[in-house]
Amino acid sequence: MARDSSAAASPTGRGIELVMLALAAVLTTGALVLVEANQEQSLTTDLLFVGLAYLVLFSLAHVAVRKLAPYADPLILPSVALLNGLGLVMIHRLDLAYAAQAELRGRPAPSELIGAQVTWTVAGLVLFAAVLFFVRDHRTLARYGYTAGFVGLVLLALPAVLPSSISEVNGARLWIRIPGGPGIQPGEFVKILLIIFFSAYLVQKRNLLSTAGRRFLGMELPRARDLAPLLAAWGLSVAIMVFQRDLGSSLLIFGLVLVLLYTATERISWMVIGLSAFAVGATIAYQLFGHVRVRVQIWLDPFEDYEGGGFQLAQALFGLGTGGVGGTGLGAGRPDLVPFAETDFIFASLGEELGLIGLAAIMLVYLVLITRGLRSALAVRDSYGKLLATGLSFSVALQIFVVIGGVTKLIPLTGLTLPFLSYGGSSLLANYALVAILLRISHVARAPLPQRPAQPRAPIAEASTELVQRPDPANRRGGTTPTPAGEPGPAPSGPGPAGPGPSGPGPSERGRSDHS
Amino acid sequence: MNRPVRRVALAVMIMVVALLANITYVQVVMAGQYRDDPRNQRSQIDEYSRQRGQITADGQVLAQSVESDGRLRFARQYPEGPAFAPITGFLSTVYGKGALERSADDVLNGTDDRLFVRRLSDLITGRDPAGGNVLTTIDPEVQRVAYEGLESRGYTGAVVALEPQTGAILGMASTPSYDPNRLASPDPKDQQEAWKEYNNAELNPLTNRAISEIEPPGSTFKLVTTAAALQNGYTPESRLTAARNIQLADSTTTLENYNGTPCGSGDTASLREALARSCNTAFAQLGEELGADKLRAQAEAFGIGRSDLQIPMPVGASQVGPMSDVPSTQQSAIGQRDVRLTPMQLAMIGGSIANGGQTMAPHLIKEIQSATLDPVDTTEPDRMARSMPPDVAGTLTDLMLGSEERTQGGGKITGVRIASKTGTAEHGENPKSTPPHAWYVAFAPAEDPKVAVAVLVESGGDRGAEATGGSVAAPIGRSVIAEALRDAQ
Repeated sequence: MARDSSAAASPTGRGIELVMLALAAVLTTGALVLVEANQEQSLTTDLLFVGLAYLVLFSLAHVAVRKLAPYADPLILPSVALLNGLGLVMIHRLDLAYAAQAELRGRPAPSELIGAQVTWTVAGLVLFAAVLFFVRDHRTLARYGYTAGFVGLVLLALPAVLPSSISEVNGARLWIRIPGGPGIQPGEFVKILLIIFFSAYLVQKRNLLSTAGRRFLGMELPRARDLAPLLAAWGLSVAIMVFQRDLGSSLLIFGLVLVLLYTATERISWMVIGLSAFAVGATIAYQLFGHVRVRVQIWLDPFEDYEGGGFQLAQALFGLGTGGVGGTGLGAGRPDLVPFAETDFIFASLGEELGLIGLAAIMLVYLVLITRGLRSALAVRDSYGKLLATGLSFSVALQIFVVIGGVTKLIPLTGLTLPFLSYGGSSLLANYALVAILLRISHVARAPLPQRPAQPRAPIAEASTELVQRPDPANRRGGTTPTPAGEPGPAPSGPGPAGPGPSGPGPSERGRSDHS
Repeated sequence: MNRPVRRVALAVMIMVVALLANITYVQVVMAGQYRDDPRNQRSQIDEYSRQRGQITADGQVLAQSVESDGRLRFARQYPEGPAFAPITGFLSTVYGKGALERSADDVLNGTDDRLFVRRLSDLITGRDPAGGNVLTTIDPEVQRVAYEGLESRGYTGAVVALEPQTGAILGMASTPSYDPNRLASPDPKDQQEAWKEYNNAELNPLTNRAISEIEPPGSTFKLVTTAAALQNGYTPESRLTAARNIQLADSTTTLENYNGTPCGSGDTASLREALARSCNTAFAQLGEELGADKLRAQAEAFGIGRSDLQIPMPVGASQVGPMSDVPSTQQSAIGQRDVRLTPMQLAMIGGSIANGGQTMAPHLIKEIQSATLDPVDTTEPDRMARSMPPDVAGTLTDLMLGSEERTQGGGKITGVRIASKTGTAEHGENPKSTPPHAWYVAFAPAEDPKVAVAVLVESGGDRGAEATGGSVAAPIGRSVIAEALRDAQ
C-alpha cells in the first residue's frame, strides 16, 4: 500500500493484521472441529469451507481497513475476529445441545440461533466498513456531539414509551421490535452515541470545568452552568435505565462518564465525587428497590434460593467448577444447563468447556483489544480523539468487567452482553461500529503527517510536558491536522537523517509513546 | 491528557486481574465443591451413554439396559413389567426416574463412592465405564403372588411382606400398577402418551400405595393398643366391658361394636376375647384407661411418626394424630380418628411382634454389586426401637392366634399356625356409606416366624360395604404367607 516514499518508512501493519486474522481463522476452525468431534457429528471437509468462509469474511473487512484506514492498529481487528469466531462456535455448540435436549424430551427442535448470528456478523462487518467509509476523520463526529446526545437519549427512552408489545422481552422493556422483523436493543447503540456526545462536550468545556469554580473541601468545584448539561444528560440516562431496570447499562454509562470526566479534567476529585455518589446511589437503590436487594442476596449466596432467583448463577458456578483448569473440552460439557447460556452467560459456557486456561486466553484477547484502543488514545494528537478512544476502549473494559464479574460471582449480576461473544444482533452491530471508530482514531494516530517543509525539531526536554492543549476542537477544520504552535508535536515523519531506521515502528507513534 | 489515559489503562489492568483472580478462585479453589454438589447435574454421568446397572431379585432380572441402535446408546427394559414396577420404578428421558431407578441412581449409573475403585480401574484400563448392579431382597414368587392376589380381583391396594428378623422386604405390591417399559420407551411420544394416561387415571398407578399412602388402619391398630396394655399392668385375662355400644366420654357420640354385637356372652370380656372378637367398646375403654401418652409412646416404638424412613425410597410418615381429648383417644385406640398407617408400617408392626419385640428397619437392597457382579456392599439388618419385651411379644402372638381362629376368609394353610389381626376401617367424608378399607396383618409360623405380611384393600375391594378385613384382605395375606413359607423350606 505504499503510496509514497514516506509511507514506506511507516509500516502500516496491514501485513501483520492479515497474518493474525489467518491465525484467528485457524483457531476458530479448530474450535469448530473440536465441537463437531465431541458432539459426534460427522467430520467433513465442509468444516474447512466454514473456516474459509470465515477467513474470507474477515479478509473483506481487512481489505476495507486497507483501503479506508491503512494505518489503523493491526491487532484490533484480529482480536475482534477471534472473539466473534469463538462466539459463533459456542452458539453453534449450544444449538446442538438444545436440539439434543429437545429430541430427548420429544419436543420439536428449537430454531437454530447460529444462522441469525452469522447474518448479524455479516451485517456488523458491513456497518464496520460503512463507518470507516463515512467517518474519514473522527473529529467530524465532534460536530454532531449534541445531535448524538439527543438521539441517544431518545433511543434510550423509546422502549419505555413504546407499548410493551413492541418493547418487552423477558420482562425487560429494552427493545424496539419491528413487527415481523428483527428486534433492536437501542441500549447498545446509546452507549456509543453518549460517548460521542460526552467527549465532544468535555473537550469544549474542559478548561472551564477544571479552572473556573469554587474550592470546596480542598477540591475545585466547577460552575453549575458549565456542569449542568453534563449532569442532566448523565442523570437522565442513568435514571431512564434504572427506571427500565437495566442495572447493567446504567452502571456502564455511569462509570463511563466518570472516567471521561476524569480524563478530560485530570482531576482525581471527580473520581472521589463520582464513587461517593455511586456508593450513596447504590445504598438508596438497595433500600428502595426490591429487585436490587434480590440481586444482592443472590450475589451473596446464590445457593440459598437455589430453586428460585439463584438458579442461574448457581448453574453457572457449577459449570465453571466442573470445567476447572482445563475445561471439559469444547462440545463435551453441558453448558446448556445454564439458562441464557448463549447471551449473558456465554462466558460460563466457555468456562465450562475451555476451563480457566481458555477463559484467561479470552480475557487476554479482550485486554489486547482494550489496551490497543487506549494506546491509540495516547498516540492520537487531538483531545477529542483521546477522549473518544478512551471512552470507547473503557466501555468495552467496563462492560466485560460487569458481565464476567457478574457471571463469576465477583459482583452482583446485572444483565449485559459480552461484546462479540454473546448472541444478539444489536450487541454485534454496535460493537462493530465501536471498533470501526477505534480503528479510525488509531489510523489518524499512526498515519504519517502530511509532508511539509522541515520544522525545527523540538528540543527533547520540552517533549515531556503535556502535549495537547487545544481551546476548542469545534473551531478546527476537519481533515488536516496542523500542529498547533507551541505543541511539541512529533517529529515530521519521513526519512530524516537522524530518524530511526525503516524497520522500526512508525516514528510518530514511537515519538509519542516515548515522551508522553 | 495522557496521564489520566495511562491511569485508566492501569485501572483496566487491575479490573482484568481481579476478574482473573476471581475466576481462578471459582475454577480452582471452589471447583471441587461446585463439581460435587449434589444439585450439579453435570456430575451425574449421562445415563444414556454408558451401560446402566441391573436391578435383580434372586437371579431374576427386573431391570436392565441393552444396547440399541437408536439415538440413545442403551435402552432400559423391565422384563417383569407392572408386577415389579413399585420396586424397579422407571427411567424416562422425559419424566425422570422413580423408585429404585431414582433412589439407587448413583449405584446404577456408576457414580456411587462404593464403586470408586472400580471406576478408577475402568479409567486406567480404558474399559467402557458401566454402572453397578442392585440385588434386591425381593422373593420374585412372593412378589408375583402378592401382585396377582390384588390384580386378579381388581383390587386397589397394597401388600408388603417382610422377613421379621432382618426387615428384608420379600414382596411389595401396589395396584393399580403401571408398565415401566412404556415410560422408558426410546420414543418420547410413547412416553408422553403413557405419562398422560397414567396421570389422568382416576387412581394414579404411579403411586406406590405400600409406602406412599397413609390410611386409617382400623382394628389392626388394636395390636398397638394391646401391646401398650400388656406392658402397663393388663394381662390377657383382664376384664373389659362387653357392651354392644358405649357413649364416648365428654360427648354424645356412640361407639359400637362391629354389627352391634356384644363382646361374648357376659357383662365383661377378657382382653384375649376382646382382641379375638375385635370389640371396639373394650378397646375404647383400654384407650381411655391407658391415655394418649402411653398409646403414642407404643406407636413410636413401632416406628409410627418416623418421617425419615427410607428403604431406600422414602416411606411416608404414619401417624396417630393429636389425641387431644379422651374421646379422640378412645377412637384412636381402635385405629380410627386421625390414625393413619402405610401398609409398610403395618407390616413393620407385625414383624416387630414376630421378632420378639425388636422392630427392624425395612430395606429393599440386599447387595450392591460391581458391573461384573462382584459384591461391593451388603446391607446389614438395622435395628430400630424395641416395641416390647420378648415375653410380651410371646403373649401378644398367642392372642393373635386367637384372632386368626375367629377370622373368616379362605386360604387357611393346614399345618401352619398364623398369628394375625384384621381391620375394617371406616374412611372418607361419609364413613357410614363409604365401603371400608380391608386390612390384614399376620406372621407365620407363629412358633418361628419366617414372614410378616400386611395387606390393604381399599374401599371394600369387590364386596362393597359388606367387606371386612377377614373376607377381603386375609385370603391374599395367607396366599402370600404360603408362598413365602414354601420358598423358605
